[in-house]
Amino acid sequence: MTSSSVTSRRNQGGFGSGLLRTFGGGALDLVTEVGAAGLLLWRAFLSLRKLGRSFHLIVVQMRRIGVESLPLVMITSIFTGAVTAVQAAYQLKEFVPKIYLGVAIYKSVSIELGPVLTALVVGGRVSASIAAELGTMRVTEQIDAMDAMAIDPVRYLVMPRVVAALIMLPVLTIFADVLAISGGFIVSNLSLDVSAKTFVEGMKLFFFPHDVLGGLFKAFVFGGIIAIMGCTAGLRTHGGAVGVGRAATRAVVASCVLILIGDYVLATLLFKVIFGEA
Amino acid sequence: MTGRAIIDIRGLFKAFGDNEVLRGVDLAVRDGETMVVLGPSGCGKSVLLKHIIGLMKPDGGSIVVEGREVTGLDRGELNELRMRFGMVFQGAALFDSMTVGANVGLPLVEHHRTGGSELDRLVEEKLEMVGLAGTAHLWPSELSGGMKKRVALARAIALDPDVILYDEPTTGLDPVMAEQINELIRSTQGKLNATSIVVTHDLHSACFTGDRVALMDEGRIAFEGTTDELTKTENEAVRTFIARGRRPLPGEREADPSCDRYGLF
Repeated sequence: MTSSSVTSRRNQGGFGSGLLRTFGGGALDLVTEVGAAGLLLWRAFLSLRKLGRSFHLIVVQMRRIGVESLPLVMITSIFTGAVTAVQAAYQLKEFVPKIYLGVAIYKSVSIELGPVLTALVVGGRVSASIAAELGTMRVTEQIDAMDAMAIDPVRYLVMPRVVAALIMLPVLTIFADVLAISGGFIVSNLSLDVSAKTFVEGMKLFFFPHDVLGGLFKAFVFGGIIAIMGCTAGLRTHGGAVGVGRAATRAVVASCVLILIGDYVLATLLFKVIFGEA
Repeated sequence: MTGRAIIDIRGLFKAFGDNEVLRGVDLAVRDGETMVVLGPSGCGKSVLLKHIIGLMKPDGGSIVVEGREVTGLDRGELNELRMRFGMVFQGAALFDSMTVGANVGLPLVEHHRTGGSELDRLVEEKLEMVGLAGTAHLWPSELSGGMKKRVALARAIALDPDVILYDEPTTGLDPVMAEQINELIRSTQGKLNATSIVVTHDLHSACFTGDRVALMDEGRIAFEGTTDELTKTENEAVRTFIARGRRPLPGEREADPSCDRYGLF
């Protein structure tokens, strides 16, 4: 055996164990972060008894999380609906009548694409922003200053963000659903030779309110995930500007991963166990 | 000034991993006095200060404030205690998303639900006390380092605290501004008659602001006494600290004698 082949094998072993370490470390970090987020969520829940005093803070966060995310959600949704129409038409052609195009778009948007894509784009924007803001406050001792003034940072900073996100994600998802279906409708009408009447008739054919409600419930949970993961990463920041950058990254990664895992869990729970039995 | 200890710290220990920062700190702060905790950077002075207000939990020892053990308080009790404290942080720690007025007014809004013209009046009164009248509309990013520390002091005294904690109040300031802050600490003490604890590595600041001085060395209090006693003691840690302070800068033969206000140099 030549020395180069020995080196090569050693490198392969090193690469394998390095990969394992990377994945293992990442998974452990995520579990730790989720544990810390759980405790923080509980403290935020307990601080709800002072909800009235935090009303103005909630309104500010609703504007930041909801209203300021609206342009991004609008663009994402319109094109999501348009792409769904094109792809659905491609997959259904010659096998399924065109009347089913409307129902395919409406179902996929309201159950899955609306809540999940909205959560992913808003999660990227909002959780990073929350983590960077609270992280900067942590490293510049603003959180300590708040504690020193006997103002609970969880009540003042975390709870308003969580409540605002829980309210605004379903609202954004309603916008996303309407705009995505409109995008699909326009594309179907203009380039796929499906008349408005056919599209709407198709939608009516299999319309169940629980599809929309299930999607909105998903959005509600995703809102909580986005806010609490941003706050957790922010409050656990240490190490100056580099630490703030890492906190923002941790918040986005944790939010996105948990949204996708949560989507599977909620889809099973809602559309297999609860509504599936109906 | 009375001899009653308002804060009594006994055998305080704190370690961060293998780094033992506090190794049995004993310190008593009397009601109404200004106690300066002096020591080189990184000796654990700020850590000690954060323990007093419950921002850090010690590994051992006790901190008794007016007969109550701080380390055993729950969050609600700790917040009750904190309302009697004001703290000026090293970097001022102003909320940069709020104006100067909102920073100073925050404790009043949160704890006394003060609002409207009464809030404006109180905020302006506190800002006037620190020589910053008419700055309530400014943002922290528009202020100089010295102004930020003044706003931080105005915020710290918003609730008329019994105890004011200063974490390195003159660090990062030019000598003129540092002198102004020292005078402000002294004048605030005169106006509020509060107990003050000033943590600093600045010998000038310590002698100007303090009634008594405690020198921290290797995680313990190596000396405790009046500023007069500080200048006369033969305590080795004190003499070493002072000797380090008088080390001439590169190119200088000796320290500037004009700085020798307290006979230390």
